[in-house]
Amino acid sequence: MPITPIALAAGVLGGLGVLFGLLLTFASKTFAVPVDERFVLVREAVAGANCGACGYPGCDSYAQAVVKGEAAIDLCTPGGKKTLDALAQIMGQEAKETAVQVARVLCQGETGVVKPRYEYTGPKTCHTAVGLAGGPSMCRWGCVGYGDCVRVCRFNAMKIENGIVVIDEDACTACGLCVKECPRSVIKLLPKAARVTVRCQNAATPREARDACTKACIACKRCEKACQFDAIHVVNNCAIIDPAKCTLCGECVKVCPTKCIEQLA
Amino acid sequence: MEFTLTNFLLFMVNCVLANNFIFSRYLGACPFLGVSSKVETAAGMGIAVTFVMGIASLVTYIIYHYLLVPLQLNYLITISFILVIAALVQFVEMFMKKGMPALYNALGIYLPLITTNCAVLGVTILNINDGHNLLWSVLNGVFGALGFLLAIVLMAGARERLESSNIPKAFKGFPISLIIAGLMSVAFLGFAGLGNI
Repeated sequence: MPITPIALAAGVLGGLGVLFGLLLTFASKTFAVPVDERFVLVREAVAGANCGACGYPGCDSYAQAVVKGEAAIDLCTPGGKKTLDALAQIMGQEAKETAVQVARVLCQGETGVVKPRYEYTGPKTCHTAVGLAGGPSMCRWGCVGYGDCVRVCRFNAMKIENGIVVIDEDACTACGLCVKECPRSVIKLLPKAARVTVRCQNAATPREARDACTKACIACKRCEKACQFDAIHVVNNCAIIDPAKCTLCGECVKVCPTKCIEQLA
Repeated sequence: MEFTLTNFLLFMVNCVLANNFIFSRYLGACPFLGVSSKVETAAGMGIAVTFVMGIASLVTYIIYHYLLVPLQLNYLITISFILVIAALVQFVEMFMKKGMPALYNALGIYLPLITTNCAVLGVTILNINDGHNLLWSVLNGVFGALGFLLAIVLMAGARERLESSNIPKAFKGFPISLIIAGLMSVAFLGFAGLGNI
């Protein structure tokens, strides 16, 4: 059997293959669509938790928006200062120092501090508990302590202690997932520098508040009088501090009869 | 076959309805079942197939008549056409990405799928077997693909309705889709012989 037909067939097919290979190589060079290399860098610099704190569906879409110049570079709170500096360098912008925020629980209603309303035996989730006859504790504003927030936290910054959630400030990245999850809205994002906090947010009448919880704000306004900087005011039956005016002098903490104002170290 | 308006129209009816790729030739059933859950994606797939089948008919005609026939390598038709179609689809994808971003965004994700669509290989080989010339080959490709587009869009419409209907558990998903495809095929049998030239 002559070898020529086989060689011819192999040659033609191989030739076609090589030809198409070359054509495609050439095409991939000629028609290459440049991908912005900053996207890769930005994507590496952000925290990568896909938490959505920036308001975009995920880290990819945020990085895309940053590269396009549509998004500010300081939206990735979980990444903190490190991410901000990196993004500033990549995008050639100045890193504006934004106030570092942290999640704080505006409640001190531990077991024994707040009176129970009834014995709750249902599923151990806050969302279910608060839906049953106003919640298991007498206070309708406080933490119920079943840890829905702990379950959504991706940074291991929260735990339940003594019937109330405790946040580890060092681990908290202020992503805001717990804030969204809490059915009582008892977790708030506050500036980390604001060390004096009113750890209560009840809006009940002073009498009800006093009956329900020993550490409730009873709207006595002593803190208002003690403050020389006009920083603390009783609004809607509860004291609230304006972090911009507060000088952390601690006068309000001293006069509070129920110890609902706390000064952190 | 002479190119006249009558021939052209008859040929179109024949390709789209009577010799429909899905319902009477049973080619391209994989994307027909796989990409037919939404009308929009089905239409996107159909248009991409039309595009590729037209170009593939053109290129394979040239390869066959100007390369394989002179060298008496007719038996290499299948393997060389597979090679040509795969390379062609890749090339078209790259070209569209650069030159026609709008079209690429509309069809881009379907193009790689078409590489393995047997309707494309089918039409190119049928062109050769039926002895079409260049013009009729390209028309056969385009009209055949239009038949595919019609079939897949009809199927997607039916499947969208199925979403909200109460189907026995055993038939949910693919079983009922296959039954519908069979019923449609029977319906298209009514066109058999129509438009034969």
